Amino acid sequence: MTRLLAAMLLTAFALPLAAQDTMPPAPYAYRQLDDPAAEAEAQDLMETLRCLKCQSQSIADSDAPMAGDMRHQVRIRIASGESPNEVRQWLTERYGDYVSYEPQISATTWPLFAIPILLVLVVGAILYRRFGKLP
Amino acid sequence: MIAELGLAALWLAAALAALQTVAGFLSVRAGQGAEIAALIRPASMMQGLLVAFSFAMLLWLFAITDLSVKLVAANSHVDKPLIYKLSGTWGNHEGSMLLWVTVMAAAGALIAAVEHRLPERTMYATLGAQGLVALGFYGFLLLSSNPFERLPVPALQGMGLNPLLQDIGLALHPPTLYFGYVGLSVAFSFAVGALLTRSVTPDFARAMRPWVLGAWVFLTLGITAGSYWAYYELGWGGWWFWDPVENASLMPWLAATALLHSASVLASRDALRTWTIMLGVVAFSMSMIGTFLVRSGILTSVHAFAVDPERGTFILVLLTLYIGGALLLFALRANTISEGKRFSVTSREGALVFNNVMLSAILAIVLLGTLYPLLTEAFNVRVSVGPPYFNPVGAIFFMPMLLVMGVGPLLRWREDRPDRIRSELALFAALIIAAIVLLSLLVEIALLPLLGLAMGLGLAVASFMPLRSRQLGRIPAATWGMVLAHFGITVALIGMASESAFSEEELVALSAGESATVGPWTVTLEAVEPVAGPNWTAIQGRLSARYGDSEPVVLAPQARSFWAPPQQTTESALSTRWNGQLYAVIGDPAGEGRFQLRLWWKPFVTLIWYGGVVIALGGVLALIGHVLNDLRRRHRERRLDEQRSEEEALGILSGEERL
Repeated sequence: MTRLLAAMLLTAFALPLAAQDTMPPAPYAYRQLDDPAAEAEAQDLMETLRCLKCQSQSIADSDAPMAGDMRHQVRIRIASGESPNEVRQWLTERYGDYVSYEPQISATTWPLFAIPILLVLVVGAILYRRFGKLP
Repeated sequence: MIAELGLAALWLAAALAALQTVAGFLSVRAGQGAEIAALIRPASMMQGLLVAFSFAMLLWLFAITDLSVKLVAANSHVDKPLIYKLSGTWGNHEGSMLLWVTVMAAAGALIAAVEHRLPERTMYATLGAQGLVALGFYGFLLLSSNPFERLPVPALQGMGLNPLLQDIGLALHPPTLYFGYVGLSVAFSFAVGALLTRSVTPDFARAMRPWVLGAWVFLTLGITAGSYWAYYELGWGGWWFWDPVENASLMPWLAATALLHSASVLASRDALRTWTIMLGVVAFSMSMIGTFLVRSGILTSVHAFAVDPERGTFILVLLTLYIGGALLLFALRANTISEGKRFSVTSREGALVFNNVMLSAILAIVLLGTLYPLLTEAFNVRVSVGPPYFNPVGAIFFMPMLLVMGVGPLLRWREDRPDRIRSELALFAALIIAAIVLLSLLVEIALLPLLGLAMGLGLAVASFMPLRSRQLGRIPAATWGMVLAHFGITVALIGMASESAFSEEELVALSAGESATVGPWTVTLEAVEPVAGPNWTAIQGRLSARYGDSEPVVLAPQARSFWAPPQQTTESALSTRWNGQLYAVIGDPAGEGRFQLRLWWKPFVTLIWYGGVVIALGGVLALIGHVLNDLRRRHRERRLDEQRSEEEALGILSGEERL
């Protein structure tokens, strides 16, 4: 039921995504959710999503209209009971991996995770070589 | 005429840099007593003067807003306040690169003038290397970014400076960072000089150390100022976002921190020779990579960079030549330099090595996270790497480093027994564990802020432990500097952890007379009024903010509209208490006479920047301590020499008498 409601809400608010700069911002662009726990969850998520129109800003700290629209999307989706990961998934399906500041392990990003592990090993080896042999 | 004088001075300086390079390397080959060696120091000093003159000419052009010069027309405006006309000099690509070479040439002139401790041959090589690096950047300026270029027809008003940059914080931030970047070029030149002449000695480390310390202090201040600027000027209360531009300043800092500690070991223990040289090369390489990232335009888009690659390619080639050349030299010579004195794990050197390796690992992570998205973008795959990556991955190395930072200064040089400092270790561990247990019981808090707060509290005590059972009056200034810098790290750490754990946010639309609460604050919107500045208009909210039951304070956040160039900025209003900051921003009208307000209560957030300042202060103290020590040592040596020659003279006399 909530899913259905959310879907209806979504279609109602789908327009602002294509909004021009002169239109008023989406309702939840500058409005917090009433439930503090949900708002905190939304806030944490928004801080890890990229504002696609800005240079190196999350949607949680941008005045760009598009960031406002995305905040609105995040808030109503969290309010309708989706988990942050589902929302992130939904956004990356539309905008690509670029929108998420939290890289997921994939064919293109594996070195980001392999190199730190390698680094731990190298650091261990350097320290062992430097100190291992000494009395 | 002014522009032409500036340009002529720049060309002359470039010629002198070429002379300095050639004379330097020829003298290294010829050895002591080469006639051409007499040219090196004067060339270096004269070059410093000429570039300073050239930079002064550019400042002058900006001060009088000479709109026939392209750079002034593109970056200044007749209506701008004088201070921002002047800061506009380095608020653009060409001007900032001129500032870069100015600082670099001034540093070169200074070592040419005052540094006489090292063997002359090492100095020739050092100044030759300094000249070579400078020469590349002169070439870059003169061939692809001439700051003195004229317009065929003078402009009428000028395009203006980005309003975000019209702020005192950002007027001072770039020069501070550049002093740091370029100070590291001296460390680089010393390292190359020492490698070429195979004289990696404690004296070399002592000559290099003040430069590294100075550069490190400037970098610390520059990063702190940049972070505070982003915090209050961008209007969203964020103070660090792992943005590539921010990382570009953090990477040299990490390398310089490691270099600083390793140079200290070399200076006082004659150990870690190759490691120090390596870090000297890496530190300046990071400065150059930072400059490349910020100045080539590659960050806006890899593809835009590929379409108009002239400048970027130039820096990239310089980068490859210098970094590659230095690394090649290192590879060829490293095996001829012995590692120096040995030491055990549980010694101060051991702790320093551990933290050096950790710092280098953090540096590698930041470098990876910064460059990786650029790399994939070149293959048309766009990924973003941000705080959710850097924070946890960096913490893997940062947390162990903090633990060792608390213990290391308590250990003795060369070899020590851990049970000698048993009680200190127990206190340190008890503090951290108690803080972790208490915090996780009392408040709901994420893992990283929890660890950060606990470590911070433990380290706040531990950083003063090196002073225990010592006479405070007899502790050298450098030791005070170390203690203070370590304490500064913990202060900043507590600020960061507290901000991310306890911040509260409130977004509201209020009409005049209505109130909102955020944390312990009650904020009332009293009125919204229009105001005007020299080159902007704004709407300004008058807020009355009350902390608990205390007297209200008045805040006046503004939403400004600049007209040259047309752009909106938000001017946040802050109310600072000892235990945190209230942060208020006014946004757009929300209909029916209401206005959007963004309010934050950020407990202890100011500690982040106080911490940065304390770290820098520690660096200054250490710098003063080392310089005074050196002067004293030199004075003592001169006295000894004089005594010896007097005694010899006396000896000759008495010998003659005996005859």
